[in-house]
Amino acid sequence: MIKVCFFASLRETLDTSSVSLSAAGLSCVADIVAHLVAEHPSWHDALSQPNLLVAVNQVHASPNQSVNDGDEVAIFPPVTGG
Amino acid sequence: MMSCTVVVSEADFDPAALLSQLHEASPSVGAVASFTGVVRGDVTGTLQSLHIEHYPGMTEAEIERIARQAAERWPIEAVQVYHRVGRLALGERIVWVAVSAAHRGASFAACEFVMDYLKTRATFWKKECFMDTERWVEQRQCDLDKADAWRS
Repeated sequence: MIKVCFFASLRETLDTSSVSLSAAGLSCVADIVAHLVAEHPSWHDALSQPNLLVAVNQVHASPNQSVNDGDEVAIFPPVTGG
Repeated sequence: MMSCTVVVSEADFDPAALLSQLHEASPSVGAVASFTGVVRGDVTGTLQSLHIEHYPGMTEAEIERIARQAAERWPIEAVQVYHRVGRLALGERIVWVAVSAAHRGASFAACEFVMDYLKTRATFWKKECFMDTERWVEQRQCDLDKADAWRS
């Protein structure tokens, strides 16, 4: 399984903080996003925002980064700490 | 070997105690630079508080990666980062970055570097809470520009 976490405004818009997906057929972060949109059409707009960032196993990553069974993927808006 | 302390907590921190830890840690420390971020009121006077969310685990790991990058650029002894989460009222401390080194140049530069990268890479999100509404803070281009400027 792959755990996908959402934060901040994205978590609120999707009304969920994480989902678990079977890793079958998912080779990169972009595949996960496409899969989520196919499963939840109402998530399309929120997950299509061009400024979203992603992390794989708690390290910043790009949408084309490969993913494997057991990975933790996160999708979130630009950070605003400090 | 640079030492790095990262704390993410709802609790407030004591700048004096944190500073003492840094300059008492090693006889080779000759300079400690620190930055304190505070919740600022908005111009309309209607902001009540901030709510800060983060990504537990990644936040701490990312800040440690930033501190290690700073140690590769400057001869520094230690980095402390303390960042609060949860609800914060106006005037409360949000963030603390302090860097010790033998000399002031490295501590000043590394402190600013860590803060600039924290703003653009550490996984925190601020929500502004007003009397009757709430709004997620948008990332500012000038913060991205400040972090980018360290690349050149």
